[in-house]
Amino acid sequence: MATLAPTLRKPSLTGFVLPLTALAGALLGYLVGNAKGNALLGIVGGAVFAGVLAFVLVSFVPQRRMGRLIGAVATGIAGALIAGVAGLVFGAILGLVLSWIAYWLASGDYRASVPVYATPREVLWANTFRFICGVIFFFLIAPILVVIPLSFNAENFFTFTPKMLALDPEGYSLKHYRDFFTNTDWTGAFYNSLRIAPVATLLSVSFGTLAAIGLSQSHVPFRRAIMAILISPMIVPLIISAAGMYFFYARMGLQGTYWGVVLAHAALGIPFVIITVTATLVGFDRSLTRAAANMGAGPVTTFFRVQMPLILPGVISGALFAFITSFDEVVVVLFVGSAQQKTLPWQMFIGLREQISPTILAVATVLVAFSVVLLVTLELLRRRSERLRGMSPS
Amino acid sequence: MKLTSILLASSALTLAAGAASAIDLTFVSWGGAYQNSQLKAYAEPYMAEHPDVHIAWDESSAEAVAKLRAMNEAGNVTWDLVDVTVSDSIRLCDEGLAREIDFDTELAAAPDGTSATDDFGATLINDCFVPQIVYSTTFGYRTDLVGDTPPTSVCDIFDLQKYPGKRSLQKRPIDNMEWALYCDGVAEEDIYNVLGTDEGVDRALKKLDTIKDQVVWWTAGAETPQLLADGEVVFGSTFNGRLFSAIVEQNQPIAMLWDMQSYDIDGWIVPTGLDAEKEAVVMDFLKFATDTQRLADQAKYISYGPARASSAPLVGKLDGTDIDMAPHMPTDPANATNVHRYDYTWWADHRDDLDAKFQAWLAQ
Repeated sequence: MATLAPTLRKPSLTGFVLPLTALAGALLGYLVGNAKGNALLGIVGGAVFAGVLAFVLVSFVPQRRMGRLIGAVATGIAGALIAGVAGLVFGAILGLVLSWIAYWLASGDYRASVPVYATPREVLWANTFRFICGVIFFFLIAPILVVIPLSFNAENFFTFTPKMLALDPEGYSLKHYRDFFTNTDWTGAFYNSLRIAPVATLLSVSFGTLAAIGLSQSHVPFRRAIMAILISPMIVPLIISAAGMYFFYARMGLQGTYWGVVLAHAALGIPFVIITVTATLVGFDRSLTRAAANMGAGPVTTFFRVQMPLILPGVISGALFAFITSFDEVVVVLFVGSAQQKTLPWQMFIGLREQISPTILAVATVLVAFSVVLLVTLELLRRRSERLRGMSPS
Repeated sequence: MKLTSILLASSALTLAAGAASAIDLTFVSWGGAYQNSQLKAYAEPYMAEHPDVHIAWDESSAEAVAKLRAMNEAGNVTWDLVDVTVSDSIRLCDEGLAREIDFDTELAAAPDGTSATDDFGATLINDCFVPQIVYSTTFGYRTDLVGDTPPTSVCDIFDLQKYPGKRSLQKRPIDNMEWALYCDGVAEEDIYNVLGTDEGVDRALKKLDTIKDQVVWWTAGAETPQLLADGEVVFGSTFNGRLFSAIVEQNQPIAMLWDMQSYDIDGWIVPTGLDAEKEAVVMDFLKFATDTQRLADQAKYISYGPARASSAPLVGKLDGTDIDMAPHMPTDPANATNVHRYDYTWWADHRDDLDAKFQAWLAQ
């Protein structure tokens, strides 16, 4: 009984909330101090500031929303005194984080994700685990996010200029986006990508779907071997496929032609279509095709009227993967294509190697937005397919 | 059926018409500001005169030798004109991958009638290579990171006491080995004699060892300007035109260190085995692009010296500005007080061996 009592008690202010908030403050202070050139001062200042903030908020401001606002404003003003407008913005964000931590600790919410009977060690582990997951997520996403503000750089280098850090509008510009949409190198490459990817996708989808349906029939001999061969472009290192394709296509007269690149990209996209369509075929009821045949429909009619609509989500998600593969691909096109088929990734590769221009970042931002739209579509389709198969969307 | 056949016929017609009127050429160059200068000075004026010629650019000059070999092996050469450095042209010419050119009949003479051979003079190295520009590999430094005593000698690169901080050097033995020996006390004219011996190579690597942990190695010409603009390095070597662009056009706090700049020549080669129709167009373009006026025009866009003697007096100002280009040329007398004469024929013989030693040293 005695062990249960402390877990339900409100956490102690001085022995628990203050030190931990101060620790978080020291960590954030270290980052700020490092940027300003004095890490030690940052740690001490951050810890003291966070401790005082937590004490004031938790003791005197019971309403959380109000408290967070006060924390943000107070830290924002402190930031503004140190670093002007940018300090105000970053300070307000830091203040929000710190006051959120203070309330989270003080109210006992940090135990919300574990059962009441969990020991302190289990609580600590549960929160550490969540923290590690958060950090992993941050490290995955941060490099992509950093690119976005840099693409609005007014300079021609990959550098956060002092003006940008001070949030001075003069430090930002849309000129790299203008370059992307007006420079013939970029528009030409974009046009080539748009000309190649849909045709390659169409070929991948047609062949991949047919292959998947054929391979799902139990009477086809050597199914596993054929499947392995068709999937191999996904497993064999790309550079090997590319070098092989180069010499093969050169002898066929396809190297350096539009159709050469389209066929190469179609071959790379087929495995994605096979895998996604095979997965949807697992849930497909064969008796439906027999029923259709029984009612006089030929195999083609059966396919288009009965089977195709049911496996459509798999076909579409395969098509999206095939499209992204062709749209993002740089190695094979460098071998199989010639300068007349220069695609967007090829142009980006050149830009990075020969001239480090922030236009690449503008393109990257556009492509990130594009990929997000495609992946959201994919996720919505997946949910729809699960609904159709009677599973609850997760 | 009828519709299909009409569509087929019309598309076949368009294809045939397209093939008859347009000539698609693929030129290979280095990308960036340099390729842009070629586009502005040669390709755009040529295409304006010949609307049926369409030029696509392939930024593959860095791998020109390897790719041309592979294309030749595969029996499908897709390049029509290739921009290469002298040492690459020597290899391509020796292997028969580049077409031999009769300079006096196939290239334009100077306006005063001087033959092309005399006008190009010492920049003609072999029978395949048509020179365009003289450039140099040299150092730039951050003016705000060197204190009150800006560096004046290339040996300041090796002085970590006086100029602490990172330096960027090209990831290859060429130039770095020569600078190391020079700063180890070898006279400029003896460098290649010393470097030809095993002890000389060890001596150069030993000198480079003293700054190895402070070196950022670059492979693309754009890297050093980026590193300097970031303040990541104090010094960095790169092509002088890249530094010009960062200093004059981008207003970065960078200055040139011309001491012991290493001259090199860049020019065109024509791959062997083009079909006759294309070859005629390419040779016509080559004659146009390497005449006196065109070479001088290129200097409006980038600070590289024209390879023809007759072009030098025609060099003007940076396009659209009031900036005289002559003082930014590597060949300007004020910049050329102490230069390193890079020996491409020596390197053509020793490159493979020294590359291997240099890579082994890097990996240590």
